[in-house]
Amino acid sequence: MDNIVYVVFRRMRQPLLTLLLAYSISMLGLVLIPGQDDAGQPWHMSFFHAFYFVSFMSTTIGFGEIPYPFTDAQRMWVIFTIYATVISWIYAIGTLLALIQGEAFQNALTIGRFARRIRRFTDPFTLIVGYGSIGRELVMALTNRQQHVVVLDSDQQRINVMGLQNLREDVPGFCGNAKNPDNLMRAGLSHPQCAAVVALTDSNAVNLKVAITSKLLRPDLTVVSRADSAEVEKNMESFGTDYIVDPFETFAMHLSIALQSPGLHLLGEWLGGNSHDPLAEPIYPPQQGQWVLCGYGRFGKAVYERLTREGLDVVVIEATPDKTGTPPAGVVIGKGTEATTLMEANIDNAVGIVAGTDRDVDNLSIIMTARELNPDLFVILRQNQRTNRTIVKAVHANMVMHPSQIIANKIRLLLATPMLQEFMLLAKGEEDNWACELVSRLIAISSEEVPDVWEITIDETDAEAVHYALTTQGKVVTIGDLERNPRERKRHLPVIPLLMVHHGARILLPRKDQEVSVGDTILWCSRYSVQSKMAWTLQHPVALEYVLQGKTVPRSWVLKRLMRH
Amino acid sequence: MNSEKVIFNFFIVLALTLNFGFVFGAIEDPAHHPVYELFAVIVVNLIATILKFGDRTQVGAILLSTSLVALLQLFVAAIIWFVANYVTGSGLTPAVMASIVSLSAGAVLANVVSVILLLIETVMLRR
Repeated sequence: MDNIVYVVFRRMRQPLLTLLLAYSISMLGLVLIPGQDDAGQPWHMSFFHAFYFVSFMSTTIGFGEIPYPFTDAQRMWVIFTIYATVISWIYAIGTLLALIQGEAFQNALTIGRFARRIRRFTDPFTLIVGYGSIGRELVMALTNRQQHVVVLDSDQQRINVMGLQNLREDVPGFCGNAKNPDNLMRAGLSHPQCAAVVALTDSNAVNLKVAITSKLLRPDLTVVSRADSAEVEKNMESFGTDYIVDPFETFAMHLSIALQSPGLHLLGEWLGGNSHDPLAEPIYPPQQGQWVLCGYGRFGKAVYERLTREGLDVVVIEATPDKTGTPPAGVVIGKGTEATTLMEANIDNAVGIVAGTDRDVDNLSIIMTARELNPDLFVILRQNQRTNRTIVKAVHANMVMHPSQIIANKIRLLLATPMLQEFMLLAKGEEDNWACELVSRLIAISSEEVPDVWEITIDETDAEAVHYALTTQGKVVTIGDLERNPRERKRHLPVIPLLMVHHGARILLPRKDQEVSVGDTILWCSRYSVQSKMAWTLQHPVALEYVLQGKTVPRSWVLKRLMRH
Repeated sequence: MNSEKVIFNFFIVLALTLNFGFVFGAIEDPAHHPVYELFAVIVVNLIATILKFGDRTQVGAILLSTSLVALLQLFVAAIIWFVANYVTGSGLTPAVMASIVSLSAGAVLANVVSVILLLIETVMLRR
């Protein structure tokens, strides 16, 4: 704000001086030139009347010749003053308007407004650096979960695009180079409520710089960064970046989970899906037979490694093997878009195909050609551009790998529900039957759409009533109590407790009789709106008492006295 | 020589000298304090104030505030002059004149501070 005042003052100095000069000369002339009053006596205008006359004359309001009609000498002077003062006014107003519309002024205004919005944040927020396709997906996903986000990008165009998007929360966007630490500070890095920094720009160097800056200035922050090469990943690890996301490795892991345990894969898809999306269909990738893999770039290599580790035969098709390197089993040279190359790769007997080049058109062409040759293929498609969404959908691939969406989804889970990540890790150690059983329980409680997953901590903010009951009243509260419906305690809310951290120990799917204690965190899963019902039990002492004992205790002093006797 | 500096200092010193000239004389005698001088003092003070706009330094801020003080005093003096002449119609009685001149004398003090600050800044520069 200070900035703006100074900019205005400095630029307005000249016009204001001109105006002042024009006024004072005009007034002086009017005072000095003799006039006549209505009786024909000589009369001199006073400074007060001169100021009054010049004020209405110069602003072209024009009340006339007051208090007495002017003499011709006075009129001559007035002709001069009209031009002098009116032009001065136009000059002053013109300068002010040009100043307001000027870029420097607008910039100062934007920075000031942005800083004010950041300062006003009272809830934790995430700072997202880079608003490309991944940033866009992530901001959409986080705001859909009512999380606060601040965006920093070096391209004003992208920030402008954000204003046109239909985001649920108000997202302050700031245009500035993220390599400059001052810009990061401006975007809220030093704000006490800043909870995490996510570096998502296209440039590894910028991501690295953002990660280092954040870790140096705020070691307590969660820092998540995108890394497109193993070298940068190692570098980021070395100074303690909390999460480094490699989209190809992440997808390859999804694929191997789907191969080993379809139930677990489905569970991950459902729990980690975007809110209000329809539930994904289960997929069963063939676990035996030969696969065809087109494109042996970074994505191809990651998939190849996972597929061969599962004991599957993989034939690789690659157009430029001298650039990408060749797998041990050799390579079929070609793009994979022509039938001959696919025939050479033995597509007739293959069970699945992976179209993994970095061009969407090629990938779609590969799949259409391959399906003509062998209609029963299991199809994995790599989508590179978000804008190709509609044609990719039309192909009906069994699995679609969209790097930016995968990164966005993974980071969203990391930031919004870190316990879900932990849950999936623990779930990997279980049998597929366990996962299938949980999936059927999920179907029972959810209504055709992705269930809501949330975490609670038993403390004074998240669960005031439970905290009070445990610490002050010494009562025993179990998971089963929390599951009860606070309106009718004999009924249960349709919730599943997925994971509980109890005194530092992790309990997968805690039982109903599991006691909770202060400081525990619990990961719940249910349909939407159940979370707010459970909040009654957690926060409201009367509701909690009813849920525990089945009776309603009086709250007012008078009723308490009456009930005692 | 910097012409901008010359103009700047000229107006600040002129504001002081004109102001002093208006105040000088018997405090109750309207003949010693012509209204034209009051007008000139106000105009020159306004110019000095506008010239001080937009300086972000500490000295610049103090200079601006002294000018604003002087202007405030002079505006009040001008309003008293106007009220005495046109609202109450009492004319420039000794009591009215005394209050106009004493207010302007206050403005002189503010202008003196302004000039002293200017001198200090010049001495500090040592160029």
